[in-house]
Amino acid sequence: MKIVVCVKYVPDATGDRGFNDDGTTDRESVDSLLSELDEYAIEQALKIVESGVEAEITYLTVGPDDAKDALRKALAMGGDNAIHVNDDDIAGTDALGTSLILAKAIERAGFDLVICGMASTDASMGVVPAMLAERLGVPQVTYLDEVTVEGTTVKGGGTVKGRREGDVATELIEAALPAVVSVTDRTGEARYPSFKGIMAAKKKNVEALDLDDLGIESDQVGLSAAWSIVDTATKRPPRAKGEVVEDEGEGGVQLAGFLAAKKFI
Amino acid sequence: MLDHRLDDEYEQLRRTVAEFAKDVIAPAIGELYEKHEFPYAIVREMGRMGLFGLPFPEEYGGMGGDYLALGLVLEELARVDSSVAITLEAAVSLGAMPIHRFGTKEQKETWLPKLTSGEMLGAFGLTEPGGGSDAGATRTTARLDEATGEWVINGGKCFITNSGTDITGFVTVTAVTGTKGDGGKEISTIIVPAGTKGFTVASPYSKVGWNCSDTRELSFTDVRVPAENLLGERGRGYAQFLSILDEGRVAIAALATGLAQGCVDESVRYSGEREAFGRPIGANQAIAFKLADMEMRAHNSRLAWRHAASLLVHGERFKKEAALAKLYSSESAVDNARDATQIHGGYGFMNEYPVARFWRDAKILEIGEGTSEVQRMLIARELGLPR
Repeated sequence: MKIVVCVKYVPDATGDRGFNDDGTTDRESVDSLLSELDEYAIEQALKIVESGVEAEITYLTVGPDDAKDALRKALAMGGDNAIHVNDDDIAGTDALGTSLILAKAIERAGFDLVICGMASTDASMGVVPAMLAERLGVPQVTYLDEVTVEGTTVKGGGTVKGRREGDVATELIEAALPAVVSVTDRTGEARYPSFKGIMAAKKKNVEALDLDDLGIESDQVGLSAAWSIVDTATKRPPRAKGEVVEDEGEGGVQLAGFLAAKKFI
Repeated sequence: MLDHRLDDEYEQLRRTVAEFAKDVIAPAIGELYEKHEFPYAIVREMGRMGLFGLPFPEEYGGMGGDYLALGLVLEELARVDSSVAITLEAAVSLGAMPIHRFGTKEQKETWLPKLTSGEMLGAFGLTEPGGGSDAGATRTTARLDEATGEWVINGGKCFITNSGTDITGFVTVTAVTGTKGDGGKEISTIIVPAGTKGFTVASPYSKVGWNCSDTRELSFTDVRVPAENLLGERGRGYAQFLSILDEGRVAIAALATGLAQGCVDESVRYSGEREAFGRPIGANQAIAFKLADMEMRAHNSRLAWRHAASLLVHGERFKKEAALAKLYSSESAVDNARDATQIHGGYGFMNEYPVARFWRDAKILEIGEGTSEVQRMLIARELGLPR
């Protein structure tokens, strides 16, 4: 079978992130990397293969030149090859446009299972997997905490099974392949690449595609075609200094008063 | 052309290990250090990452890397913790490398795959209570019992890293196996598997630092091992050891650089957060200049070990450069640890702060793998001074 894992190259979530004047992501002032939430998707794809399912793993990203770093890291963790969709006209594309590009690239590559992270660590919308399933016309099974694949044959077929933990119930869900799934950060820590993996990744094929290759017109994507744009952004104010309670015999009362005022007690 | 940038894959390795050190080692090491516990879980994870197999060929489970790759890893580990770094350094340079370099095909097949995967540690027993670098002082003996085809070993070793963990598989020991033609001692190296009758491992030492590293005293009483446990040529034991010592110095220099850099990392952060007299202490020139000096030492240490590693990897002579790197980086580590502790003030004397751990871990770097005095002696010798 063929597994496509969608990965995103994002500004480091631990850095001081911000926006450009036009509301697009500022990629200059903060180092970017493979989205941590997508590492869980990669780990699950590798686990599926290690569980005995015969599958080819392809990573797919849409992003600028440097986004190939994300693909290199993914390939160093394991997997077979990658697709990098890169086109100047993509800049400023929103989730809807991104899902179009991803869907076209996935259709072009062929797939039985698409695995996504639960959201990106920059935009954090978490809507792309659902949009992708809709565009591909296949079932979606999102926010899984556990995922397995069963019954696949060389001709395709099989099912993907998963567990989704909610506030009121734990759901066991399955869907016939082909399908799109998204996995949470509770699926298990992603592995660190080994040096051998890093060396091997150099030899793995990364296919570069642009909008033409996917039959997408430039006015279908980009900032001007976006359905959602960042209107304004305000930096989070620095954390205010805490309130210091001077204990002159009734510090406890003051503390209780503070907590009551904040409705903690 | 001179280019100090790392190749992509080396840079990726460095970043991967830096991430591992920050996410996995940093949160766990304080408690392990306090309890003097060997970091089994961390070692297991490092094994999975292939770090124990870095400079070994793939046919024995290695990663096909080299000493530059190993140095990068040691530096990033030691930037967070030296016990973990020295555990890896000793396992590779002293445990596995002699087997790889001098072992027979059978010895390599028996031991290397387990060593390169990190599931087993090997140790090297050279130092004795009577002296380390002085071969003539070796008192441990090994007599070949012709009747049984076994070596019979008697004696003792001290300060042996990785020799008493639950996953230690063997100790390679140097022992006197006879007298050379010139009347000197014939020294050979012999592999003694853990658990061999008569081979006892004492409780761990109480050390000033490197608390999570396993260091033991060993004793051998009529220990019998098969004749084929001889590692390399009979009578070449000490020469063999000397030949791997220079590589070990490059590795220790990388480790020392990591500690020196870790001191900078912690101190820069603290100087930005800690306020005194209404402003962050980093705004004071007394602190800023200290930090500039610390950064200079860490930076130059890095240039020194990478230069030595580059010569080593390219098969060129690197004896002097290894000694220079080891000497400079270990003294830089001690200087930086002292300054970092000073910048942290009272907190720097508290074990819960990483710089206190760095301070305790730094001193041994001027002693192990050749003292600073030995390094100066080697450098002076390389200058061709009269002897």
